[in-house]
Amino acid sequence: MPWHRKHLLTLEDLSLSEIELIHAAAASFKKVLGRRVKRVPALRGKTVVNLFLEPSTRTRISFDMAAKLLSAEVISFDAASSSTTKGETLRDTAQNIQALHADMIVLRHACSGSPLYLSRVLDIPVINAGDGAHEHPTQGLLDTFTMKEHLGSLKGRKVVILGDILFSRVARSNIHALTKMGAAVTLVGPSTLVPEWFTDLGVKVSHDLRGALADAEVVMLLRIQHERQGASHFPSLGEYTSMFGLNKTRASWLNPRAIIMHPGPINRGVEIDSELADGDRSVILEQVTNGIAVRMAVLYLCAGGKPENVMPVE
Amino acid sequence: MPALWISQARVIDPAAQRDAVGDVFIRDGQFVASLSAAEKKRAKKISARGLVCCPGLVDIHVHFREPGQTHKENIGTGSRAAAAGGFTTVVCMPNTSPVADSAGTIQFIKDAVQRDAVVRVLPTGCITVGMKGQALAPIGSLKRAGVVAITDDGDCVQSNELMRRACEYAKMFDLPIMDHCQDASMTQGAVMNEGIVSTRLGLRGWPNAAEDLIVARNVILSEYTGAHIHLQHISSKFSVDVIRRAKQRGARITAEATPHHLALTDDRLATYDTNFKMNPPLRTEADRKALIRGLRDGTLDIIATDHAPHTDYEKDKEFDFAPNGILGLETALAVSLDVLVAKNKFKLPHVVDLMTRQPARVLGLPAGTLSPGAAADVCLFDPAEKWRYNAKAGQSKSSNSPWHDTILTGRVKTTIVGGRVVFDGGRIL
Repeated sequence: MPWHRKHLLTLEDLSLSEIELIHAAAASFKKVLGRRVKRVPALRGKTVVNLFLEPSTRTRISFDMAAKLLSAEVISFDAASSSTTKGETLRDTAQNIQALHADMIVLRHACSGSPLYLSRVLDIPVINAGDGAHEHPTQGLLDTFTMKEHLGSLKGRKVVILGDILFSRVARSNIHALTKMGAAVTLVGPSTLVPEWFTDLGVKVSHDLRGALADAEVVMLLRIQHERQGASHFPSLGEYTSMFGLNKTRASWLNPRAIIMHPGPINRGVEIDSELADGDRSVILEQVTNGIAVRMAVLYLCAGGKPENVMPVE
Repeated sequence: MPALWISQARVIDPAAQRDAVGDVFIRDGQFVASLSAAEKKRAKKISARGLVCCPGLVDIHVHFREPGQTHKENIGTGSRAAAAGGFTTVVCMPNTSPVADSAGTIQFIKDAVQRDAVVRVLPTGCITVGMKGQALAPIGSLKRAGVVAITDDGDCVQSNELMRRACEYAKMFDLPIMDHCQDASMTQGAVMNEGIVSTRLGLRGWPNAAEDLIVARNVILSEYTGAHIHLQHISSKFSVDVIRRAKQRGARITAEATPHHLALTDDRLATYDTNFKMNPPLRTEADRKALIRGLRDGTLDIIATDHAPHTDYEKDKEFDFAPNGILGLETALAVSLDVLVAKNKFKLPHVVDLMTRQPARVLGLPAGTLSPGAAADVCLFDPAEKWRYNAKAGQSKSSNSPWHDTILTGRVKTTIVGGRVVFDGGRIL
């Protein structure tokens, strides 16, 4: 199927076939990562600007790497070095970047909806690298890509997302992708961080860890985002760990072939036992590697690349 | 000034229970029962066949931004927006810069009104010094300077003790307290209604419980002290219920609803359009219906706009960073007619009442009637005319309206203040 989008703003907007198209392109780019010469000329002569107005390490490096492997020029801004600290508006910053002949902007921003805003202001493609508590579409794509590598089709698969859901853009993007792919998603965590309203997105909400983990094939842990919460969402990290932290006993409730995922950064000993994070069911570092392939696919497609040029001939 | 003869209008005067086709006469700035034959000959005649003639509309909740924020609006432009919307009396909020917490600032506002306003603009003063919620403002001096109410609109007084004392003190001057009901501890960083939509959009939610708590607090303090508290822009179903029961007990509580809370719900925020961002936020369909029911049975007394101008460049931002508030004056009548009359079977005179006599009653203002002897403030409107609202071409200095570029039904054709035509359907005169 063809690809028509210029921007990648949310997974809520994407159809199942668009998600599958990105996954297929990512699978091809992943093969490139295994080659001796990793670089492909797909974006040669183009400039990708990473506009990261909220701190990030993993996602920024991953987008950096993805763009470089596609032979693009990459310029990265962060909040501290940009003019936003001098009071410049997002519109002005972005229009300046466009006037400097950037071909694409990858935006990370603390405010939900800002990539959509920017996509209306600019003529060039805007890729959402995480907006507030809204969406982190490439993370949702790389997570579902990783699940598919391990489990095949996700139809009917029991997926548990555990932790701070309320403030998590990763959870929202995964929810949209997983429900489209037919997975049975359960959100688990303290009731203050997993409000019932999420059921409107087609998922279950539970505060019973044992019942939710029973026979789950994927458990995705989310970091407790102290920086976004008020003081009153739960008593202490210690209590969180004792109620909802994933440890060996609790992991034994999972389906025997279950995988353990985490978008990072992980807080060892808080949401996940250190041994489990490093154990053989953990796919945490595979997620990171797959992130490059998925972001290559997204950059390539949004820059106008033809899917058939990267897809294996069937 | 020549006498005015408004002929063959559908005259709606809720105070006189009048709703019939007829004429309205104005002489020397006042309504009169009739004109002599000689006066009629010399009078300026306005043929109003097909139009409604009602008292000039009254809005007791507007922000005219003067002093200090006149890049958004000033008393001149705000009053012109009022005139274009059919309003002849408006009450402006004290959250200016500086805030209106002293007699000097009130005098400054009155001077600007005298100089620049085309309709009647009445000031309010702050409840607390600096609108900081810590110490009572000089309420007696404010009263003497001419405020018609006190309010910390936008910054609800959080301390129950201070609010109690404000009630007791203001009661001595028979000065109503208008309150923006919001428990600040529950709304830190909140930018929209808390619920399914905020969950989906990843925006920080403002729970209706934060309004309900302060509405209940105000009911309690009003009943305890006997003070009149007017509850501004009610947005929550639960609050409507609290007010209904308070009124059944005879509490001195009045309350308002805005056209936007009556017409719109939080699902309109799906595209993060900051022209749908205001405080209190748009809520759910159940809340919206409860507001309409509240207006129908008198639980909510009036319609008020919360006209809150902001410039394009202030609103053109990330949703979290854009200021709260939208324009209201130039669209209020059409939107209210659509929601209440066209969609909810309110009688037209009822809606006129909610926008004229009732708001005047809430603050004891001498307005909202066509009775002989009263100041001749009139709104003439065509209830059926369809028009495209262009906020950028409106009278307000700003254009932050969710109704920009939409078709509205019901259009103001003439606005008269004290017998003088100030708006003729196209221009401010």
